[in-house]
Amino acid sequence: MEKTSIKKSSISISENGIEKKASAKRLAVLKTYKIYIGGQFPRTESGRYYIPTNAAGKKLANVCLSSRKDFRDAVVAARAAFGGWSGRAAFNRSQVLYRMAEMLEGRKAQFIEELIQQDAGKSKAEKEINLAIDRLIYYAGWCDKFQQLFSAVNPVATAHFNFSVPEPTGVVSIIAPQGDSLLGLVSVIAPVIAGGNTCVVLASETKPLCAVTFAEVLNSSDLPGGVVNILTGRPAELASWFTDHMDVNATIYCEKDSETKKMIREKSAMNLKRVFFYDQVNWYTAEGQSPYFIMDSQEIKTTWHPVENIAGAGGGY
Amino acid sequence: MAPARSLTVIPDFTLTARIDQVGAEERASRFTKRSIKKDAKMNGLKLVLNMIDLTTLEGKDTDGKVKQLCYKAMHPHDAVPGIPTVAAICVYPSMVKVAKKALEGSGIKVASVASAFPSGQAPRDIKIRDTKYAVSEGADEVDMVISRGKFHAGEYNFVFDEIAAIKEACGDARLKVILETGELGTLDKVRRASDIAMHAGADFIKTSTGKIQPAATMPVTLIMLEAIRDFYYKTGKMIGMKPAGGISKSKLALHYLVMVKEVLGEDWLNNHWFRFGASSLANDVLMQILKEKTGVYQSANYFSVD
Repeated sequence: MEKTSIKKSSISISENGIEKKASAKRLAVLKTYKIYIGGQFPRTESGRYYIPTNAAGKKLANVCLSSRKDFRDAVVAARAAFGGWSGRAAFNRSQVLYRMAEMLEGRKAQFIEELIQQDAGKSKAEKEINLAIDRLIYYAGWCDKFQQLFSAVNPVATAHFNFSVPEPTGVVSIIAPQGDSLLGLVSVIAPVIAGGNTCVVLASETKPLCAVTFAEVLNSSDLPGGVVNILTGRPAELASWFTDHMDVNATIYCEKDSETKKMIREKSAMNLKRVFFYDQVNWYTAEGQSPYFIMDSQEIKTTWHPVENIAGAGGGY
Repeated sequence: MAPARSLTVIPDFTLTARIDQVGAEERASRFTKRSIKKDAKMNGLKLVLNMIDLTTLEGKDTDGKVKQLCYKAMHPHDAVPGIPTVAAICVYPSMVKVAKKALEGSGIKVASVASAFPSGQAPRDIKIRDTKYAVSEGADEVDMVISRGKFHAGEYNFVFDEIAAIKEACGDARLKVILETGELGTLDKVRRASDIAMHAGADFIKTSTGKIQPAATMPVTLIMLEAIRDFYYKTGKMIGMKPAGGISKSKLALHYLVMVKEVLGEDWLNNHWFRFGASSLANDVLMQILKEKTGVYQSANYFSVD
């Protein structure tokens, strides 16, 4: 982290008469960047960490190098949170997402500072945080609306009222974009939880600071623990665990690496996970937000409800 | 099985050994530090499964629920060969007949709670009739509760006599004595109740009914295992141990096995002398066994709901 240098010093005499040096500048208290599992901030179970650097070679922080067991714990937390989160009224999920945006707005300065530390220019950093906040508002609005848009009453030839509605698929594992470490992260998490899923997210390996601070935002946003779990570490190490866990229902991958994509497709076949690659998306434009992102982690449930023989009576509905 | 009266002297239970609680907790936490991997883990998991008393003790139990549980006991997960069965099914007396019939020929025991489970608040003759009914229905094992109220009032003779009377009513059935440690309060009392139960003729001592929190914990189990060890040194008679309630993860169950091995030794590491009273532990053990076999973490979706 930041090197603290003692610029000015003065000599003073303490009570017992011994000379001591007192620095004019206080020693900064550095933040420990921890992971976020089940509403808690543990260190990685493995005890490992890594030190990402920015383009100038400056060390950013000691960041947890998460292991497969952290991922396993996170999936357990996400699964436990799923029933409660998916069972909430859609309107209430909307309120929580809006609250997340409010909290993010309140900590804008901190995010800008971290983005600048991670090589962004000031104006780009401001643009990124503003877009991230707006994106949360965007999906907060969709929480209780996409269901109507994507539901259908289906014409059938029997005496049934037949309708289809989207339902959340379950636990989603996400390997977030490496580049847009805040906007990309928010853009992949928001549609997943807006639809009532819970998720485990692997933050950008090279730019992890904003992800950990975003976890702190989530933790003060009425979002139940376990709905979003954020790990830091290496996609190369964790990608296979993110895709072969039998209790994960969908996987989202945001990088271009074709070998990893192939592996994800193969391993996901074991329990028929939904797989989505968001490597072509420009998160800064309008294509970075859409209700179709919500639909990616939804399943369509069709109900055949027996009714009186409407068609037979010539009535129809 | 040696009856209690063959033991020469019944000690004064007010003088029973005192327990250092901090020490017990420290010792118990050390059992969780052992590394158990690969083959040892696999064998441990299978042993845990084989030690489970698969339990359903609910007011809403039906014949169908008990039959389903019995099927689960005999066929924990048919998709994988070489998985052992559980040790026993634990039910209320009224369900013993159903369970006995469903488990016919499988070698799996039927345990029945009796003696006004779970409160134990009933006159002695009713408790004895309850016990006799369970045994006459075919129970191989009887799980009784002690009278905690009398125990707290210092009426140790009452508690002792009651256990001895129920032991007599059990006939050939093995008697597990539930201390309900969550209601005893201190480890001193756990040790004293253990001593009373063993001297009065218990074949097993058991921590809890599962209806009171906290249920089984590692320090409590440690104290009971040590009581069993001291009793064995004194009398030469082996007593079984059954922690029940609150053990739902395989990892914790493996910690318990480590504790049994290090306190009592390998003679106790089988389902004749050690049991887990649990309902959800079995599925977690099966998930871990499959994780070891397939290399991927499992989902509860692919295991039976019980």
